[in-house]
Amino acid sequence: MDAPHSMGTTIIGMEYAEGVILGADSRTTTGLYVANRASDKITQLTDNVYVCRSGSAADSQVVSDYVRYFLNQHTIQIGKAASVKTAATLVRELSYQNKSFLETGLIVAGWDTHEGGSVYGVPLGGTMLRLPFATGGSGCSYLYGFLDQAWQPNMSREDAEKLVVKAIALAIARDGASGGVVRTINVNAYGVERNFYAGDQLPLFYDELAPRPTLIHF
Amino acid sequence: MFSSAVSTTSAPNTRTSQPIVTGTTVLGIKYADGVMLAADTLASYGSLARYNDVRRIQKVGSSTLIGASGEISDFQSVLDILEGMTREDINLDDGYTRTPAEIHGYLRSVMYQRRNKGNPLWNQLLVAGYREKPFLGYVDLIGTAYEENFIATGFGAYLAIPIIRDRWRADLSEGEARALVEDCLRVMYYRDCRASNRIQIAKATGAGVSISEPYVISSDWETANFDIRHSTRGSDGSSW
Repeated sequence: MDAPHSMGTTIIGMEYAEGVILGADSRTTTGLYVANRASDKITQLTDNVYVCRSGSAADSQVVSDYVRYFLNQHTIQIGKAASVKTAATLVRELSYQNKSFLETGLIVAGWDTHEGGSVYGVPLGGTMLRLPFATGGSGCSYLYGFLDQAWQPNMSREDAEKLVVKAIALAIARDGASGGVVRTINVNAYGVERNFYAGDQLPLFYDELAPRPTLIHF
Repeated sequence: MFSSAVSTTSAPNTRTSQPIVTGTTVLGIKYADGVMLAADTLASYGSLARYNDVRRIQKVGSSTLIGASGEISDFQSVLDILEGMTREDINLDDGYTRTPAEIHGYLRSVMYQRRNKGNPLWNQLLVAGYREKPFLGYVDLIGTAYEENFIATGFGAYLAIPIIRDRWRADLSEGEARALVEDCLRVMYYRDCRASNRIQIAKATGAGVSISEPYVISSDWETANFDIRHSTRGSDGSSW
């Protein structure tokens, strides 16, 4: 039962009119055991740039730590906030140059004065692609059709957040390696805001029933 | 060189070599009135939660329950075999129906024989029933068979058994027994990647056998809520 700690995971990064929304589930697994049902997979790199982590928990943490460290120095050197592209490029450099050692897929998203909100997918191998929305982790397989149909450009903050939460809830419903709660982070010109959606408050889909309140208490 | 115009097809492989569509834990406990089985209604396809309303606990005859984990197609095969047996009982019309213990013993032979032929029925089965006294037995794909006061298959053996050991008594009331299995299945839902929160509870007592309709159990996620407790955020900006 000593399988490596991996984040089965569903992660999303999505651009909307004024910024970006990052979303993730909260399940970390060792084989078939849920080692942490309340993980926080959205990690800060700078005040204005965050990263969603998937794949090996250890690898994604180490990459995040290095990038945070470099960006901290970089911010001091240039005297202003780092751009999302710079952060994503650093993530890509580490992923690409160490591709034979690392097993982590990352989504870098944030807001800067040059581009406004931007989302960069950095999957296994170190490809870097700027996208209007990116998904990752084992749960993203279940979202391609859904997001192809449901995503619109220039959504409002509320619509984008609803879409991210719905998508992750759909993936949690079908992917055994994703589960728990949905965490979102919204980044725009005005700042950063965290949200939390408990597992039993997520939308219900086909063949799902609402929980029955338990009558038995001890 | 192979250049025949006629392709030779070999016979399909009908042996179960690895389970494909699977169910996870089944729990069984004896209590004051009889025996209780509980399980979720999910059938997984690897990591995909494919079928959400699969009834993994079924009635056999008039006084027995079978709960299955493992390959669902093999469970359906077992049910077919047992249905044939039940039909035989009815047709003989001699006022006798097979007891839970007899069904358990019969399944043990079936499972062991299949194992010896290298073509197992890939299941772990719980046989529960009440005929003058409560019966709870286990049979699995390699022919292991035993009886106990409480049993759990799959992940439940690791997660649920310790909980049951702490709270089990022979004279548990029905309410206590239901709370116990519900709490165990809640822990399974939190910690087993192949579990769901949609469950069934079944009981076999002197009054007969009944299986509840599936219902969804509550879950508590407040420990994950950073609004009400410290976030896991480190002072260096990391989230751990």
